[in-house]
Amino acid sequence: MKLVTAIIQPHRLDTVREALTALGINGMTVTEVRGYGRQKGHTEIYRGAEYTISFTPKLKVEVALGDDRVDEVIGAITQAARTGKIGDGKIFVVDLAAALRVRTGETGDDAL
Amino acid sequence: MIDAAISAADTAWILTATALVLLMTLPALALFYGGLVQAKNILSVLAQCFAVACVCSVLWFAFGYSLAFSGDGAWLGDAGAFLLQNLTRDGVHSGTQLPESVFVMFQMTFAVITPALIVGAYVERIRFAAVLLISGLWMLIVYAPVVHWVWGGGWLAQMGVMDFAGGIVVHVTAGVSALVIAWMLAPRQEFPHGIRPPHAPWMVMVGASLLWVGWFGFNGGSALTAGGDAGMAILATHLAAATATIVWMAIEWIKFGKPSLVGAVTGTIAGLATITPAAGVAGPLGAVVLGAAASCLCYFAVWMVKKVISVDDALDVLGVHGVGGALGTLALPFIVMIGIGGGKLNHAPLEQFGVQAIGVVAVALFSALATWIITKLADMLVGLRVDAEHETQGLDFASHGETGYHTNR
Repeated sequence: MKLVTAIIQPHRLDTVREALTALGINGMTVTEVRGYGRQKGHTEIYRGAEYTISFTPKLKVEVALGDDRVDEVIGAITQAARTGKIGDGKIFVVDLAAALRVRTGETGDDAL
Repeated sequence: MIDAAISAADTAWILTATALVLLMTLPALALFYGGLVQAKNILSVLAQCFAVACVCSVLWFAFGYSLAFSGDGAWLGDAGAFLLQNLTRDGVHSGTQLPESVFVMFQMTFAVITPALIVGAYVERIRFAAVLLISGLWMLIVYAPVVHWVWGGGWLAQMGVMDFAGGIVVHVTAGVSALVIAWMLAPRQEFPHGIRPPHAPWMVMVGASLLWVGWFGFNGGSALTAGGDAGMAILATHLAAATATIVWMAIEWIKFGKPSLVGAVTGTIAGLATITPAAGVAGPLGAVVLGAAASCLCYFAVWMVKKVISVDDALDVLGVHGVGGALGTLALPFIVMIGIGGGKLNHAPLEQFGVQAIGVVAVALFSALATWIITKLADMLVGLRVDAEHETQGLDFASHGETGYHTNR
């Protein structure tokens, strides 16, 4: 099992969700996060004074899935999240040691 | 003072205006300031404005009203109305057709908002006890005497100074004192480069809108009668606010390519502060001219305080209120002189300007000195600043044990 973590532009969430739903992925966790990469931050101006916003708001989408589905899911997220501009985000994949459904106690692939 | 007759119309209007002016502090000013600070300090600002309103109300009843409006001394009122001891149900305030109780209450709302304006200077770093002590002392030692000088028959009134609703009395006193306290308190830790932007610009807009409406009571009520003076004052007030808003937006649009909401409503308040002393003499066209001048000058003043003298007057009390109030006070003779005012001056325009200038300068100097002493005293008695750790944590939890926003719960 793998855990796919995608950091995306907030306004791409609906597109990403639709793309994953179309692939039959049945769940995800979304968190509001702040951070920076090559995009760096931006500045805002209030009453003539500049304020530096170092950390840009992003969404973190986490999806747990079986090893065989990783490539198509990464492909779908990449396509759905991309605008072509700097700041589109990143995708990370890590091995998932275990999974368990709290209600039934099912484990492994059955819990996903 | 039970010889004159009470006018029901005047009384009804001033009762209404009283409610409008209290609305300017609770919640208008609190929201205006609250939206400008960081999320971790929102409740502390609301608590400061709320508590200042209560402390200054009780002190106005006990001593303030008497020091401002009792007796005919040149420098200070007397103790004749301490604890409002001689206030009767059918007493009439001299020179008006208002019950004394209504006049006391109307003026109390001014004594509440003026110290509350200063809150903007010291947010995000001051001890709550220092807020209460400084505000209470300041209302009695700075505000009440200046009210007596200008509106209570004191030396500036005798010279013929013109301050319709408080350009000198409210905005110059609060603006200058704000700068002194901000300077003595030293800047916030992150000043100037790491300061965080306003956490809720929408709240700033709601506060400014309520202030705008409340200002109709502030300026219109200062006519102390329900006639054409009040009507013209409200018309002038509205036009000045609208014009100043447009001009501030235009400045930002030209300079930065985008007109911001926070900037627009800052312009509104600058325009309102500027028309305040002149609302009795400026006609509609005079108000538009004053409103435009207000945003040009206050925009520059805000920049000056931050960048040139580098004092952390956090929410620009001097730049917006102090400078606006002084501008309106000094400009009003010229508004009449060039024929765009509807009211009459006490003196010829240039002579009137001299009197206005003496009023602004004398009150500014007195406010600065007295505020310095009060703040020193507060520093010795309770301390001015919260610990650095508490400043980082935010005053909501550090000073009040509460949190403004419980999200994701």
